[in-house]
Amino acid sequence: MTYFSYDGTFTGLLAAIFEVYERKTYEANIINKKLLSPLIFDEIVDVVNDNEKSKRVYNGLKDKLSQQGMKKFYFTFLSELPLVENLLLKFAQTVFASKTSVEQDFGNPTILEITKIAKRVHREKHRFEAFVRFENIGNQLFFANINPDFNVLPILIPHFKNRYSSQDWVIYDTKRNYGVNYNSTNQEINEVLIQPCSIKSDAIAVNIDLDPEEKLFQALWKNYFKNTNIESRKNTKLHIQHVPKRYWKYLPEKQI
Amino acid sequence: MNNHDRIHEKLSILSSAAKYDVSCSSSGSKRSNDKNGLGNTTGMGICHSYTEDGRCVSLLKILLTNYCIFDCAYCVSRKSNDIKRAAFTVEEVVSLTINFYKRNYIEGLFLSSGIFKDADYTMERLVLIAKKLRLEQRFNGYIHLKTIPGASQELMFEAGLYADRISVNIELPTEISLKSLAPDKNFKDILKPMSYFNKSILGYKSEKKLIKNAPKFAPAGQSTQMIIGATPETDKEVMLSAQKLYHQYNMKRVYYSGYIPIRDNDARLPSINTAPPLLREHRLYQTDWLMRFYGFDVNEILNNQHDTLDADIDPKLSWALRNLHEFPVDINHDSYEKILRVPGIGFRSAQQIVSARKFGKLDWEQLKKIGIAINRAKYFIICRSDNSFAKDALPSVIRHKILATYQSKFKSTISNQLELFL
Repeated sequence: MTYFSYDGTFTGLLAAIFEVYERKTYEANIINKKLLSPLIFDEIVDVVNDNEKSKRVYNGLKDKLSQQGMKKFYFTFLSELPLVENLLLKFAQTVFASKTSVEQDFGNPTILEITKIAKRVHREKHRFEAFVRFENIGNQLFFANINPDFNVLPILIPHFKNRYSSQDWVIYDTKRNYGVNYNSTNQEINEVLIQPCSIKSDAIAVNIDLDPEEKLFQALWKNYFKNTNIESRKNTKLHIQHVPKRYWKYLPEKQI
Repeated sequence: MNNHDRIHEKLSILSSAAKYDVSCSSSGSKRSNDKNGLGNTTGMGICHSYTEDGRCVSLLKILLTNYCIFDCAYCVSRKSNDIKRAAFTVEEVVSLTINFYKRNYIEGLFLSSGIFKDADYTMERLVLIAKKLRLEQRFNGYIHLKTIPGASQELMFEAGLYADRISVNIELPTEISLKSLAPDKNFKDILKPMSYFNKSILGYKSEKKLIKNAPKFAPAGQSTQMIIGATPETDKEVMLSAQKLYHQYNMKRVYYSGYIPIRDNDARLPSINTAPPLLREHRLYQTDWLMRFYGFDVNEILNNQHDTLDADIDPKLSWALRNLHEFPVDINHDSYEKILRVPGIGFRSAQQIVSARKFGKLDWEQLKKIGIAINRAKYFIICRSDNSFAKDALPSVIRHKILATYQSKFKSTISNQLELFL
């Protein structure tokens, strides 16, 4: 068995798929460098993240897939599920091997699997379009922490950029330890990293001393959430199904 | 009382009074942001949270005031009810909406009101809030305005210019019921604005096709709501009334709101200990879905022989059991429309089946993976691996076999009846 180890990025994965074809390897595994166990004695190919190679695979897929199909491929990658690289390789091989489009062949287990994972990632993206909660942490900078199951931050950016184009904001993924910052003056997006020691892990905000206006609006939101509920229709099971407990941490309305 | 306490009190009173309006939809409208505005609406609704009763929280749903000159028996804000009253100022509603939106708590505002002074006076203020949000705050989030019956056409027109969705509540399924419970209201005052909005929405839509920068007019259409369980209508009467609203006024949605008993001193209404008819409400919504997305006519599901929906099983299964001669459906050959009618197959699965079968005939395993509910569907279909469709199976036997597999939230009501047969 040959292991193609790559750097964990999307372009890195594309380059790895290129290498698999280049070396005509039939039993290939693609694996993130970080997860490569030293106990493996199989052949290991260290894939260099080569832009030219990634581009060729990307364009190859683009020729064969619809926009929807490309999106499925990328979304599945963002799931970060174990062995997802092998599934994506198999998908690419299925796509390249057929003269006609195979995208709609839901009887094929690889295609159905990709469709399902992409759907889960899409659901997580949609959830975080809903569950991001900004706090004005001073100077009209709106800050939000998130802890999504899948790495959805990159695909959340366009939504929030459109919505809050005249507002400065940061969305920070506390699980993966990176965030993005939008600057309304030049309308640019930048990646931000916060040193772990400067962040209070259980606090909703980075800054504990919120200004009184921010406190008021959070309290009003909690007040609204409580009063819009109809006691006699209580349905905790349904509530938790829609807002699973793992998301409560950064929702002010779910804090006591 | 300081300012903060006062705004808290108003918000508690006026959100609590607005919660019986069930619509919380924020979909169906596209309003793009520019670089100086706030908000962007893409046509897809977002539920930002869910209440503990499991309902979506998408909009800031409040009344401008709960003072009201009307005395509708089913309403908490009726004039004869001895409750605390409050009223927001226009500025307060604007500030709450903008500040909640900036923090990504909501998609927008759902504004309704009790009627103070008269219809026009109230409606004027609702329209003013929407206007300020759009023009002064450059707000491109979602606005749902509930119009006040009896308000002038000029105000209705303005409401349509600033709102995404407009609603006029039909309140009750029939005119007789409305007369009995809402003596100050009449059907004519409700139907008139509905028909005005229907015409205007269609008119502006066709104008927009010709002239790109023609103004938007309630781009998310109109919706309405009826209370069920407060008056004696059968399911058939409720759904026929809904069908009419869909056909005559092009409603985007008809909402069914199970009556929640709020008082005990009125013989016209169910007493305070009556549980809200949640299961009935659920079955009505399922029927509504069958009507809108599954190609069913109401008469197929509800008619003179069957004027009440089956509580234990969903309406599609119930229809299928009464019409076994329509089955089996051949998954690999029959039309999309026929596959849609199979119990346990939703429209997404039906679409996937029709796409996938072009590449090869499908078997049970593949159907299971696509996600159809085999426990129900298996009695109604044939596919590659199995043609063991039992031609002479009795509907009652299929019904009991299916019920035995249920893990439904309504199990307690079902199991009592099951025991009789087992």
